[in-house]
Amino acid sequence: MNFIDNISSFQNIIYIFSSILFISGIKMLGKEDTAVRGNFLSALAMLIAVSVTLINIFNPLLIIIGISIGALVGSLIALKVKMTSIPEMVALFNGFGGLATFFIAWSEFNSSIDNSFQYILIMLTVYIGGVTFSGSIIAYGKLSERLKIAKTSIITKLFTTIFYISLVYLFYSAALTEIFIPTFDFFTILLVLTLLGGVGFVLPIGGGDMPVVISLLNSFSGIAAAFAGLLLLNNVLIVAGSLVGASGLILTIIMAKAMNRSIGNILFVGYAASSPSSKSEETGEVKPINVSDAYLILENANSVLVIPGYGMAVAQAQHVVRELGELLESNGTEVKYGIHPVAGRMPGHMNVLLAEANVPYDVLVEPEDVNPMMDTVDVAVVIGANDVVNPSATEEPGSPIYGMPIIEAHNARTVFVLKRSMSSGFAGVQNPLFFKENTRMLFGDAKDSIGGLVSEFKE
Amino acid sequence: METYILLGFVLILSIYLGLELISKVPSTLHTPLMSGANAISGIALVGALSLGSDTQLQEILAFLAVTFASINVFGGYLVTNRMLRMFKKK
Repeated sequence: MNFIDNISSFQNIIYIFSSILFISGIKMLGKEDTAVRGNFLSALAMLIAVSVTLINIFNPLLIIIGISIGALVGSLIALKVKMTSIPEMVALFNGFGGLATFFIAWSEFNSSIDNSFQYILIMLTVYIGGVTFSGSIIAYGKLSERLKIAKTSIITKLFTTIFYISLVYLFYSAALTEIFIPTFDFFTILLVLTLLGGVGFVLPIGGGDMPVVISLLNSFSGIAAAFAGLLLLNNVLIVAGSLVGASGLILTIIMAKAMNRSIGNILFVGYAASSPSSKSEETGEVKPINVSDAYLILENANSVLVIPGYGMAVAQAQHVVRELGELLESNGTEVKYGIHPVAGRMPGHMNVLLAEANVPYDVLVEPEDVNPMMDTVDVAVVIGANDVVNPSATEEPGSPIYGMPIIEAHNARTVFVLKRSMSSGFAGVQNPLFFKENTRMLFGDAKDSIGGLVSEFKE
Repeated sequence: METYILLGFVLILSIYLGLELISKVPSTLHTPLMSGANAISGIALVGALSLGSDTQLQEILAFLAVTFASINVFGGYLVTNRMLRMFKKK
């Protein structure tokens, strides 16, 4: 055993130790009481794994510069970003992780390779890492509302086509490695197709389906790291990457279930194509209400359920919502928040916003807990949510969203719907809730409406 | 090939372990879990550090991989921590 061997076995032993820390870390991250410690533990695992790798690096100067830039940029973004921009930040960081594995596999293509299996691994890693990167960047653009390209536009169709071509090319080139060694040109085409394909993968997916895509891209970044681990024969990459792949997959499944749709339907079909013939135009009258009347009803309510949606995030209304909640409580009203898993643009979006506004997490309730006691709720206040409270999902078998678990706000004694206008939700489905006997529409900007209620309470 | 089979085994077991460990995550933690897991995927940094640098292209690729993976690691952990600190009980 020479010196190099010794170092390498030492590193591998430390990697195993670090893997154990990652496993405990991610387990603790999944429970409320231990989440902070779990994140700390996994950061410690990362520090140990990186430190032990640094023992025998070849080019210390470049690496120190690289890590310093990364530390600076990453920390600046993480500490400066507003909590409301969290969804796009997560997408961005996720994309960078994917990009790193893309570069790793690219670099390995240029090193000495002795079997065709390695070529296949390189191609898969390049592909998953590259799609994660360009897909996440598109997700970033969509979430930060910088990128607005319609699903039906010619650009979207073009990129979607490229995505399918890139998939075919991947399988084709992987199969060919048995026959001949991929040339540089052949590989370069794969690199370009991969990056363009990732754009085409995310571009056609609409805003309301973003929670699913983000979770899936999260999973991909982990799988890419695990494949890079296979390529480099590195056990800690495989374990940590697989854990991320698994956690992303779980979130993806939770999100898809919350919409009662299959993952395939979300990614490749979308609502528009799946909506059936049923176009039952809702008849009846919408009953508007003004702030002072709404105040009188709220003042006499014993229990209030707030149901936030993406509209609350857009209007930045979470702070006034918390203020209203506190005023109601000091008035003797019981206040709960009904959180639907896919409300917003990423998993847990509403939870983060309300936490930022200092709403304690134990007053947040999930649909299956709040629905059975809905008839005891005096007022359900729907703030910028639409599809997640659409009764068609339970009442109308022909509706595109039929079967989706919803928060049954319509069963509350009175429903306030805060909304800008009468436009339909992301799914493009009319919402019969707005026409129900017990529903009152409070039109206008959510922040202004709630702010109005707050000042009525203070008078 | 033996090594790949062994490591492939590690991969499958780790995914299975991950699925078991996180299957019952409360919705409050959906975002922090995603963001925390995202930081873990920055483990690519370890891979990036062990890349060869025989040619100039490889040197550039290794540098870029290290830089972007570091952004992922530092940004991911810090933002997760910031988020988790906001969650409070009554």
